[in-house]
Amino acid sequence: MTLNQQRKLKTILTGLFAWTVALVLFFPIFWMFITSFKTELQAISVPPSLFFEPTLENFRIVQERSDYIHHAWNSVVTSFGSTIIALIIAIPAAYSMAFFPGKRTKDILLWMLSTKMLPAVGVLVPIYILCRDYGLLDSKTALVIIFTLMNLPIIVWMLFSYFKDLPKEILEAARMDGATPWDEVVKVVLPLSVGAISSTALLSIVLCWNEAFWSLNLTASDAAPLTAMIASYSSPEGLFWAKLSAASTLACAPIVVFGWFCQKQLVQGLTFGAVK
Amino acid sequence: MKRSITRLLMAPSVIMLLVWMIIPLSMTIYFSTIRYNLLYPGQNNFVGWMNFEFFITDPGFIPAVSNTLILLLSVLIITVVLGVMLSALIDKPFFGQGIVRVLLISPFFIMPTVNALIWKNMMMNPVYGIFAWISQSLGLQPIDWLSSYPLMSVIIMVSWQWLPFAILVFVTALQSQDSEQKEAAQMDGATGWHIFRYLTIPHLARPIAVVVMIETIFLLAVFAEIFVSTGGGPGYDSTNLAYLIYNQALLQYDVGVASAGGLFAVLLANIVAFFLIRAVGKNLTV
Repeated sequence: MTLNQQRKLKTILTGLFAWTVALVLFFPIFWMFITSFKTELQAISVPPSLFFEPTLENFRIVQERSDYIHHAWNSVVTSFGSTIIALIIAIPAAYSMAFFPGKRTKDILLWMLSTKMLPAVGVLVPIYILCRDYGLLDSKTALVIIFTLMNLPIIVWMLFSYFKDLPKEILEAARMDGATPWDEVVKVVLPLSVGAISSTALLSIVLCWNEAFWSLNLTASDAAPLTAMIASYSSPEGLFWAKLSAASTLACAPIVVFGWFCQKQLVQGLTFGAVK
Repeated sequence: MKRSITRLLMAPSVIMLLVWMIIPLSMTIYFSTIRYNLLYPGQNNFVGWMNFEFFITDPGFIPAVSNTLILLLSVLIITVVLGVMLSALIDKPFFGQGIVRVLLISPFFIMPTVNALIWKNMMMNPVYGIFAWISQSLGLQPIDWLSSYPLMSVIIMVSWQWLPFAILVFVTALQSQDSEQKEAAQMDGATGWHIFRYLTIPHLARPIAVVVMIETIFLLAVFAEIFVSTGGGPGYDSTNLAYLIYNQALLQYDVGVASAGGLFAVLLANIVAFFLIRAVGKNLTV
């Protein structure tokens, strides 16, 4: 075999291997998707059936039984709402830490990260009781507040690591031209970091959409987002996998497709810019 | 710019996080020292360490702590080891790389409740599941995963969620590896293993640190997977700290004991964080 042929063979083998791994890891999702178009009988047939006449019946029943639209709307409101609020609070903080670092900046950042280390169960009881006393149980307001605070440290970190890499000269030039701090942020920093801010927002939306601890414990029906709606399908032990799959597909599809489009930015974001 | 303005800009974030940390935490500390059961209101006398004694002597305590740590370590090892190996193997150009990337990352976006339901029903069900069908086709006895190996089932579910994340981070990091260095090593007769051991692994030190840190934050708090799939059972076989405390607080209404448990979870997380933040803090440029 010549060197060239060897190289070609290596490429083919790598490709085969990579495709196998990817297909194995993706299989459960593929199966969920396929099952959602089956009848209940086909869903539990052994051996598993791969070819069948697809039906949309399950999706109709899911909407009827648990009002998908209502829960999807809750998910949208809580994840987008809390992301917007968190960004408004985090941008000034990240800006001031990145451009005017003090002696304590690093400590403050590490402290913020350490609040993420505080396990949610440690404060479950007080938060539950506070929500109960202020009539916030099963309300979107409570979830928005909690999601905002939950993701704030990560958002500050990410924005900070992006802002830090912006060339300082541009800001100095703007200042020479008489820009006020407000102009600096609005006319220079923000336009330069549209990409950074949007990938931060994406990550925060994904984390909120899939958050399950608080939504399971603090909501029942009115404010229940999709994560909690799906959990309600776990209790009755009946065999209704087709409907379960339809509900799951509906719950995950928006965020999975959303994730496909921005997976590259998400990696950068989730690793605080440490991996590029 | 004046110091006061920079402080002012940071203030909302810092104050909100401080409030978010201090108020619930001090309430937890207070509740943990009084008798407080939602079923018996009004009998809230001071009981000292009793709640802690109760929590620590609970039959679920030791299993919960060990399950929490086993879950954390197993998933970390599985995702990092497999992640490094798989990403090193697929870090070459091949047909359909973009699609493979998209397929690989997908499990990461599946919400934990759905994750648990897919695995519990469609994969691990002892009669109709895919695993059962595979064992049957091979002439083996199907395994009832959730009742025979509950903790391992949870580990599989959680690893499935986090392995894609690890692979993607490592693949991204490998793309910045110096290929000339690799070629030079090859010229000098280095084997594939040597290149992996002495060039790839050191290059991945920092991404590994980051992956470990982020996963730890989320793995110490695994809840929904257990809630939906095994319910902590059978017995306490798949109960972790988060689930045990949830059980005390919202199922047995014992706020006092649950608060004591919450403080214990905070303590455990702090011990882990102490080592972790130190190790990782060095690797993150601030």
